Amino acid sequence: MGNEEAVFFSRVLTELTLSFHIIYATIGVGVPLMIMIAQWVGIKKNDEHYILLARRWARGFVITVAVGVVTGTAIGLQLSLLWPNFMELAGNVIALPLFMETFAFFFEAIFLGIYLYTWDRFENQKKHLLLLIPVAIGASFSAVFITIVNAFMNAPRGFDLVDGELININPLLAMFNPAMPTKVVHVVVTAYMTSAFVLASIAAFRLLKGSNHVYHKKALFLTMKVGLIFSIATAIIGDFSGKYLAEYQPEKLAAAEWHFETEENASLIMYGVLDDGEVKYAIKIPYALSILAHSNPFAEVQGLEEFPEDEIPPLYIHYLFDLMVSIGMWLAFLSALYVFAVWRKWSFVQTKWFRWLLVLGGPLAVLAIEAGWWLAEVGRQPWILRKIMRVEDAATTSGQVDLMLVLFAGLYLVLGIGSVVVLRRMFKKNPVEQEIEDRRKEKGGDFL
Amino acid sequence: MTLEIIGISVLWMFLFGYLIVASIDFGAGFFNAYNTLTRRDHILTNIIERYLSPVWEVTNVFLVFFFVGIIGFFPKTAFYYGTTLLVPVSIAIVLLAIRGSYYAFAMYGSYGHKGYTFMYGISGLFIPASLSIVLTISEGGFISMVNDHPVLDYMELFTSPLTWSIVVLSITALLYISAVFLTWYANKAGDKSATELLRKYVLIWALPTIITAGGIIFELRHHNPEHYARILDLWWVFGLSFLLFVGTVWLIWKRKKYGLAFGLLVGQFALAFFGYGVSHYPFLLYPYLTIYDSFTNEAMAISLIVAFIAGLGLLLPSLYLLLRLFLFNKDYVRGNKDHHA
Repeated sequence: MGNEEAVFFSRVLTELTLSFHIIYATIGVGVPLMIMIAQWVGIKKNDEHYILLARRWARGFVITVAVGVVTGTAIGLQLSLLWPNFMELAGNVIALPLFMETFAFFFEAIFLGIYLYTWDRFENQKKHLLLLIPVAIGASFSAVFITIVNAFMNAPRGFDLVDGELININPLLAMFNPAMPTKVVHVVVTAYMTSAFVLASIAAFRLLKGSNHVYHKKALFLTMKVGLIFSIATAIIGDFSGKYLAEYQPEKLAAAEWHFETEENASLIMYGVLDDGEVKYAIKIPYALSILAHSNPFAEVQGLEEFPEDEIPPLYIHYLFDLMVSIGMWLAFLSALYVFAVWRKWSFVQTKWFRWLLVLGGPLAVLAIEAGWWLAEVGRQPWILRKIMRVEDAATTSGQVDLMLVLFAGLYLVLGIGSVVVLRRMFKKNPVEQEIEDRRKEKGGDFL
Repeated sequence: MTLEIIGISVLWMFLFGYLIVASIDFGAGFFNAYNTLTRRDHILTNIIERYLSPVWEVTNVFLVFFFVGIIGFFPKTAFYYGTTLLVPVSIAIVLLAIRGSYYAFAMYGSYGHKGYTFMYGISGLFIPASLSIVLTISEGGFISMVNDHPVLDYMELFTSPLTWSIVVLSITALLYISAVFLTWYANKAGDKSATELLRKYVLIWALPTIITAGGIIFELRHHNPEHYARILDLWWVFGLSFLLFVGTVWLIWKRKKYGLAFGLLVGQFALAFFGYGVSHYPFLLYPYLTIYDSFTNEAMAISLIVAFIAGLGLLLPSLYLLLRLFLFNKDYVRGNKDHHA
């Protein structure tokens, strides 16, 4: 196998691992917060339904965490196995956040173990809530640190490159690079948003399938409210991300927007197809790109013509951008409509078709997460370290990458199917009505 | 003490931590499977599950910590080991992934499927085997440079007696460590039959462990004479380690002070492990890579050490809390209440 193939298979394997990992990682970041909120609401309202909600979410969470942990270990090692030259160079500058991520992960692992195995040990639920705080903090901070590493790859700094040698290294400057604020906030907020919509999907699905228990209604309303808040936050931070790109990575923005010529009063292109360099069937929103890039409808936005041919990312990232933004907007609208309608007691939210829309929300949010990451990663091609190291110079020279790709594809298939089967069985065997009944017997009648 | 020494000591400490906790974990899985197969699972399963459930994720972090740390302190290891270890480490990842996720699946999903239990037990033995290859390679003689890139000679690796001795040692040692710990744990739980059974395992695995460990030192004499000479310089460390080993076996034999026996065992392995590490100095990969020429820049080293100290300030109290709640809590250990979510 030549080096070109090793590069190709390394890219495919990395993409496969990350695409699979982020589904579980996103849930892993967002769900602890949701459990914490449910537990807190339960204590505040003195409503056992919310406590039970927290407990059932926690139980499902264990399964997703397990897959998240093992695929995270996989990508952690693959970074060095598949991209040894990159890690050798970048490790000098960016090892600090990578190291801190493992501490956050450690912290979370310890308290998750304690939280899960002390359900009936504390009489006081507030003590139990306290255990959740380090879990949620650990989960969010591992996302923060690992995203800092990724931000560094987009906007490397904190060192001087002299004759191929790195000198004057400043680890903190490397961590707080220009891409870091928008990336970190965007990742964390969308993880919260996605988890909220995924949990809302489950509640809506139970309601659709005939259970009309008030437990599911409470769950749905709570998750949709949280989803609404975080989808608004996502839209705001998305706007900042656009401004960051215009300033620091204009080629990525221009490629995502099919913005070929540098011009003032730039319009934003939604949808459309690219045919021999011609954009067809697109919706053009005048001035919107200038506003997105510089908060000024008349500002000049750099076009793709200004960049060397071999430094332009693939143009298909435009479709990913459209997908991500459309889903984000749709979910913000849907959750706003739902919350408003419940508040005004409009009855259409209880119809079948509307609940189906809510069920679709979770998978759509996950799809948006995937599209967003593909956009971010493919959008910095051909660089692995922007303007410093190209992807083809970073990959391994090992000849067995294709075999490993097959091996890992098999693993993810098993893990994916396994986690779905186990989660389904877990909740089917023990529906909430049954659990409430069991708890009532156990506590001798004073439950609910 | 130079930064390089601090860096490698920290990492070696964490690798030792992983060695102990992972051995307990892997060994427990194996004993559980073995007993399920011989229809004695009722004796051990409860004890093992009660210990493993809250800590399996923590075990995994020790490993992650080590490999992230070594890339951080010694970025050049990514180039040498990353390029050559693609296959063995990928296999270890897959096995770890199946094991880790299976554990959560089985605990929360479908309880006690026999085929899975068996796979779980067996996979635990292959992981240390595939990871210990790294130790073998570090002795030199298996990697050659082709066009400035390191290439691993599999033929040489798989036909070397050193490779197989290290694999055998990793398996016998993990069964021995695990049995000693679980004997202590079962005894605390007041579970007589489990204690007796595990005590028997300790006595079975003690001898092969110490024989293979000695055998490896002997093989190094031919494979890496320099390393062998440095081991001889440190003979008293290994001698002390052997005395602790005798102490553990004696206590277990006499059914006395299982806690102390486990303490001696940790001491025995700590001495042997650090003795091995010190004698390996200064090489990370003989003869290409020393800890000095692969070390990261000073700014990064200092910030990593600061992060490490701050992190430990957070971790040690948390780990202590975990141990207090699950290892040293009578109610929990004896399974008096169903605590889990």
